[in-house]
Amino acid sequence: MNRAIHLEATGMTKIFGSLAALEDVSIDVPAGSFHALLGENGAGKSTLVKCIMGFYEPTRGTVTVDGRPIHARNPREARAQGIGMVYQHFTLVPSLTGAENMVIGRLDPPAIIDWAKEKKALDAFLDRMPFRVPLDRPVAELAAGEKQKLEILKLIYFDQRFLILDEPTSVLTPDEADEILGLLKGMTKAGDISVLMITHKFREVTAYADDVTVLRRGRLAGAGRVADLSTDAMARMMIGDTTVRERAERDPKPPGAPMLEMVAVYADDDSGQNAVTELDLKVASGEIVGIAGVSGNGQSELVEVLSGQRPLVDGRILVRGQPFEPNRESLARLKIYGLPEEPLRNATVPRMSVAENIAFRSFDRPPIASLGWWLRPGPMRAKARDLIARYRVKTPSTEAPIETLSGGNVQRAVLARELSGDVDVLIVANPCFGLDFASAADIRAQIMEARNRGAAVLLVSEDLDEILELADRVAVMSEGRIAYISPVAQTDRATIGHAMAGHG
Amino acid sequence: MTATAERPAAAAPSAADDLSDRLRRASEYFAIPLLALVVSALLFSAFLLALGRSPVEFFDLMWRGGFGSAFSWQNTLQRAAPLVLTALCVAIPARIGLVIIGGEGALVLGGFAAAVIAVPLLGVAPAPVLLAIMALAAMAMGALWIGLAGALRHSRGVNETISSLLLTYIAIAVMYFFVEGALRDPRSLNKPATVPIGAENMLGTIPGTDIHWGLATGAAAAVLLQVLMSRTTFGFAARITGGNPRAARAQGLPVGTLTIACAMIAGACAGLAGFFEVATVHGSANGSLVAGYGFTGILVSFLARHTPLAVIPVAVLFGGIAAAGGLVQRRMGLPDATVLLLQGFIFVVLLASETLYGRLAWFRGGDRA
Repeated sequence: MNRAIHLEATGMTKIFGSLAALEDVSIDVPAGSFHALLGENGAGKSTLVKCIMGFYEPTRGTVTVDGRPIHARNPREARAQGIGMVYQHFTLVPSLTGAENMVIGRLDPPAIIDWAKEKKALDAFLDRMPFRVPLDRPVAELAAGEKQKLEILKLIYFDQRFLILDEPTSVLTPDEADEILGLLKGMTKAGDISVLMITHKFREVTAYADDVTVLRRGRLAGAGRVADLSTDAMARMMIGDTTVRERAERDPKPPGAPMLEMVAVYADDDSGQNAVTELDLKVASGEIVGIAGVSGNGQSELVEVLSGQRPLVDGRILVRGQPFEPNRESLARLKIYGLPEEPLRNATVPRMSVAENIAFRSFDRPPIASLGWWLRPGPMRAKARDLIARYRVKTPSTEAPIETLSGGNVQRAVLARELSGDVDVLIVANPCFGLDFASAADIRAQIMEARNRGAAVLLVSEDLDEILELADRVAVMSEGRIAYISPVAQTDRATIGHAMAGHG
Repeated sequence: MTATAERPAAAAPSAADDLSDRLRRASEYFAIPLLALVVSALLFSAFLLALGRSPVEFFDLMWRGGFGSAFSWQNTLQRAAPLVLTALCVAIPARIGLVIIGGEGALVLGGFAAAVIAVPLLGVAPAPVLLAIMALAAMAMGALWIGLAGALRHSRGVNETISSLLLTYIAIAVMYFFVEGALRDPRSLNKPATVPIGAENMLGTIPGTDIHWGLATGAAAAVLLQVLMSRTTFGFAARITGGNPRAARAQGLPVGTLTIACAMIAGACAGLAGFFEVATVHGSANGSLVAGYGFTGILVSFLARHTPLAVIPVAVLFGGIAAAGGLVQRRMGLPDATVLLLQGFIFVVLLASETLYGRLAWFRGGDRA
């Protein structure tokens, strides 16, 4: 059995056009160590590992493996050097079994597969591993944690002794995450593998990593042994001198009358399978109800039903006691607004201008529309200029296509459009996914302000910390139902995590 | 990697910034198609050189045959007229995200409907009334035909590109079925046709020219549709739907109605082209309606970037290329298909040039740090 390898990258620089995505960053991961790579979105973490893996050609810099300089021109060459990567999203073929995935993923898959021989080799390999995964079932039937383990087993089976993991826990429950990181930690201690893990969760860094490197805006912001650094020190390295807005102030007044009511709601997923089952939930005026859960338990389908993007199969959705219809007249009359996840994909037309995107709610009403059908670009741009200033959207002009803005500014533009009027019901899904600290704090504050002004807010989020910060009540969705619900003040992370894992 | 470096907090954009930004972005839509035309001309020159022919002579003849004299201009504009309308049949659905390539079918059936509805009215209705009824029938038929492709797309998820193409073959077959059967004029011996509407009912030409009214109507339709798509709430809603149907649903827009409406407008345009073919050129419905205008219209719309106003000049360009075909054939001894080959070169280069949008730094101004 091969041993862990020592990887060192020195002076890594990557310049795209006029933008230096990575500037003179060095990182040293000794054999058998667990190294965390911290940084905000756009800090250059992905660029660094992509340069190591051969996705990008670094502008400058060298990578050595066990002291030998290597030059991977593509991921295949990096794999041949023993460097493997686990991506944020699974790369297994869902319809094939684990064993089949392990065989076809090889660098040199045989033209004719001798299954008896392959199975024997796999069994022998699994016997040496500290954990097992059923290899005879289609991957689609495995739980997320098992899939993640299979991804890791696959790399080790291919003799990749340096594992790069890109936010490996984002799709796992807290328990699954702890299990997998614990296993990896054990294998590094035994000297079998070295790990470089991209993350933005401090908890994972302090609990599992030996060393940490922090990047900010493409540069090295700090590095050291995790034992010598406090969470605060790491957070300061990550965000620099940016002043983060204080937590949004919660208006202590108790919630009002029920505003949004879901009664026995059923919805199907894209393949026609039942995804939301007999879901009952009430959200009162001036209250945020947070929905936690492992992704894929019906949360996105529920949000899509409430946004009019997916048909309601059965059940009723009432706003102020009146039935909700997903048409423009009903949305405007019942004052229902939404901040969907991935706003560029769900809430904007990327190629249309910022001004046009901001007008989606109001283009068919005066002053933008006259006579109900004639569009007036003047008032449209004037309104956009006003909202851009009020919500601090950074854009070169109102005419720039919205796709050219950074993620935080796209979300601010959508926020400006959805929150600038009177809001009764607000449907929010992963609003801060992929945003930097300052933008995330800003957007959370806006959501809290909408609550304080009396909106009923339904917040679906994969980030439990976000829910615990914002919500008045937390509900856990599991297999399409509400499995657990409790006021935030009367619950804790462990209880919620337990319910997320389906033991509610 | 989504590293869009934060710029220093800029002041809110001013009205002047907005204007210059708009002009800069608009110029991209001129420069890239122009570049594609130049590149395809160069490639075609290489092809001619490989055949041992002179590209200079070829393009000189193209110019003379298409745009060199008053006569060639008239020839060009006459061919451009149906192209404007069939190109609109591609451009309008494209705005809502549909790739419709079945304009030929709507043109053929539109022309057929116009010719057929005229038969019982001949000698009863005066010419202007007759022509108006024919035009309406053609538009309704076309709208129904392409609307069907839009409805199938919306309700059953049938790919509209394939269905509109297949509907074209059905349309042509339907036309032949009746023209050679129940509705055949017994006097049409060599070439089966419906009963002709008669010279006295034919639509005249624009005074002082040989160009028929189809060109003026097409141009008017292009202007009208440009206004509809860019300056009305209908057009705005259609553009949201075309750009991102998920966002359109979240805004409560009636995606299905908009989709079918755009498909019907498109079909009405192509049907109208069929009416003009019958009312100005053929006088009846016959095999000559199947002339490929619907397919060339696809090319015109793509080169015009599905912008109704830009369809007009591009249609004239392609009218010119077609008009010069005969001259090239006579003088250079090249087959008639040569101009089709040139069109093919243009189309392929044009599709390849789509990837350049947003990549050329000059047009982007200051959006990316």
